[in-house]
Amino acid sequence: MTLAAAPTVSAAPRANRKSRRDNRFAAWAFLLPALAYVIVFFGYPLVANLVMSTQNYTVKSFYTGEAPFVGIANYSAVLNNPLFSTAALNTVLFTAGSLVFQFAIGLALAVFFNGRFLGSALLRSLLLLPWLLPLVVSGAVWRWMFDQDHGVLNAFLRAVGLDAVPWLSSTSWALPAVILTNIWIGIPFNLVILHGGLRAIPASLYEAAALDGAGAWQRFRHVTWPLLRPVTGIVLMLGLVYTIKVFDVIMVVTGGGPANATQTLTTWSYRLSFQDFAFGQGAAVGNVLIVVATVFGLLYLRSAKATLAEAA
Amino acid sequence: MPVVRRALVLTASATSAALLAACSPSPTAPAAPGGSDAPAATSITELDYYADEQGSAAWQKILDACATQTGIKIERQKVPTNQMLPKVLQSASSKTLPNLLFTDNPTLQQVAATGALTPLTDYGISTDGYYPSIVKAGSYQDKLYGVAPGVNGLALIYNKDLLQAAGIEPPKTWDELKAAAAKLTKDGKYGLAFSAIPSEEGTWQFLPFFWSNGAELSQLDSPQSTKALQYVTDLVNSGSASKSVVTWNQNDVADQFVGGNAAMMINGSWNIARLDEQKSLHYGVVPIPVPQAGGKPVVALGGEVGTVPVTDGPGQQAAGKVLSCILSEPTMVEWSKAHAYIPSKTAVAEKFGKDQPAMQAFVDEVGTARSRTAELGEKYPKVSQALADALQAALTGKTPVDQALKAAQQASGS
Repeated sequence: MTLAAAPTVSAAPRANRKSRRDNRFAAWAFLLPALAYVIVFFGYPLVANLVMSTQNYTVKSFYTGEAPFVGIANYSAVLNNPLFSTAALNTVLFTAGSLVFQFAIGLALAVFFNGRFLGSALLRSLLLLPWLLPLVVSGAVWRWMFDQDHGVLNAFLRAVGLDAVPWLSSTSWALPAVILTNIWIGIPFNLVILHGGLRAIPASLYEAAALDGAGAWQRFRHVTWPLLRPVTGIVLMLGLVYTIKVFDVIMVVTGGGPANATQTLTTWSYRLSFQDFAFGQGAAVGNVLIVVATVFGLLYLRSAKATLAEAA
Repeated sequence: MPVVRRALVLTASATSAALLAACSPSPTAPAAPGGSDAPAATSITELDYYADEQGSAAWQKILDACATQTGIKIERQKVPTNQMLPKVLQSASSKTLPNLLFTDNPTLQQVAATGALTPLTDYGISTDGYYPSIVKAGSYQDKLYGVAPGVNGLALIYNKDLLQAAGIEPPKTWDELKAAAAKLTKDGKYGLAFSAIPSEEGTWQFLPFFWSNGAELSQLDSPQSTKALQYVTDLVNSGSASKSVVTWNQNDVADQFVGGNAAMMINGSWNIARLDEQKSLHYGVVPIPVPQAGGKPVVALGGEVGTVPVTDGPGQQAAGKVLSCILSEPTMVEWSKAHAYIPSKTAVAEKFGKDQPAMQAFVDEVGTARSRTAELGEKYPKVSQALADALQAALTGKTPVDQALKAAQQASGS
């Protein structure tokens, strides 16, 4: 033992130094792919978009590569456009409306499926379908269902003796219609993550609460809800980022119409770029969206830190 | 003996030369007049948006025929319509433009303005015999950058059975159209279907009403324009056309017509093949009704123009040869037959209309059709968008017609 240990002891400082150097090298080696990925696929487009938003970037610029610098002219043009307030308000309504219902329904379903019963696993996997379908397919199907004259939704309303709703052809109904579509698409995401969070809550806590005489609501309010909070934060945060950038659903269902009633910042940015060919202004709108998403991301990080500190 | 032998040798060599020439016409063909003296490449790339099954097959046939005829291999690429412009812009910035590009005619001005296209006169392509409006659509700053083998337009397509049952003649004027649409609207069916979606497609469908009434794109809030928009709005408000027109694209409109939900529709010639497939559907085609009896309908000119982007000398020369082949009269007729387009040469179109009765109404309209970009050039997309917005605002009842057009004029002027 001693004989064997002696060389090890004497070699230790050298090995330490060497391993520290190796460690640093290994750290960089691990970091580099991620760093390169972020720079190439995130940093570069972000910077390019920022630069583009300060240029008079036209169709011509794509070919010649020349785009005169115009400072903040694109931003002021966008902010002064009467469509800006419409698009911003629609974005807020769309995001808030989608999030609230997606989360509430997703949570209710997650709690429901947390109880074991025959076929619960099968039903749960069936509920994932909206998430698995390509958005363009879901959008097209919803568009048919919303059809004013022959859609299944209005057929149902008529069957129960209600008036048909001009879902997509009325400026006041179109936004609720796309929000409805997006809620349906977003429920599985909320369901899956919240269900995972519920599974992580130890059953013993519920047993203890039940022994102490807590009813179903009290168990939810005082056991499930507080323990689910970190997961809730993640779901809402990711949901917000996903929802604020929703483009395909709106594009397929309404195309931003009728009369701009469902124009959000994303669809408007597309329209500015690819229909009006004002690429600089389109980029400016895109940047506004990025700023909003970043602010919420930072808020989430702060609250996550606070939660961690609380737990510690 | 020697004389005979020499004659034999001469004959043999002459024959082989002729054979050679027949097999590979491209190397021996004279260099295209004007432009560079570069020899033509043996293969080119081509980009188009005939992505639907039937249109794609028809176009492939045309390309195959011209590949055989010119001896130039054509590598084809196709993208969906709405991805065409992004694709062109992307390849323009990476300098990987195709040798031959077929794009929607209103986008030609945008692409030509970048300097990415070459004038077609470099390849000996002349505009003789073409409808002047087609030449206008393909020209930017008085230079010809694009020519279409065939064009399309909108007309009024009606269900013969439904009109007969109601005892109605196909309408020729606005008043007749209004009355017919109202009378045909019953039992959950609408009299008329058209598209008024918030994009170029919506503007394109409204332009026949707008232009036929004498309005101009430079003045969107003129009395003529107001009257045209009011007319279309009344069709929807009176219930003769569904309120859903603001969400229907032209395919949806055709669906409504084929499904028997609309007795008449405003739609393009490219639907004819699809309508013919429905054996139980008897349809007729008449020009779009005009404000006053005796007037001429003015529709917008549709269809794709062939262009030769700046690539390299041999590639451009080869693309020019292939384009010349596509524009040759037999090919023009073949393409028009296969895809229900109208040949873009006056004389060819007139003969074509006589051979294809269903196309006659479209042929009649091409004579008075207008190019969307002739007056506005690069500014067209912005004005088109403003007009589509006004259409949507008026049809949904969000804004009165005159105010909607005032706002459109402001938006297009800024």
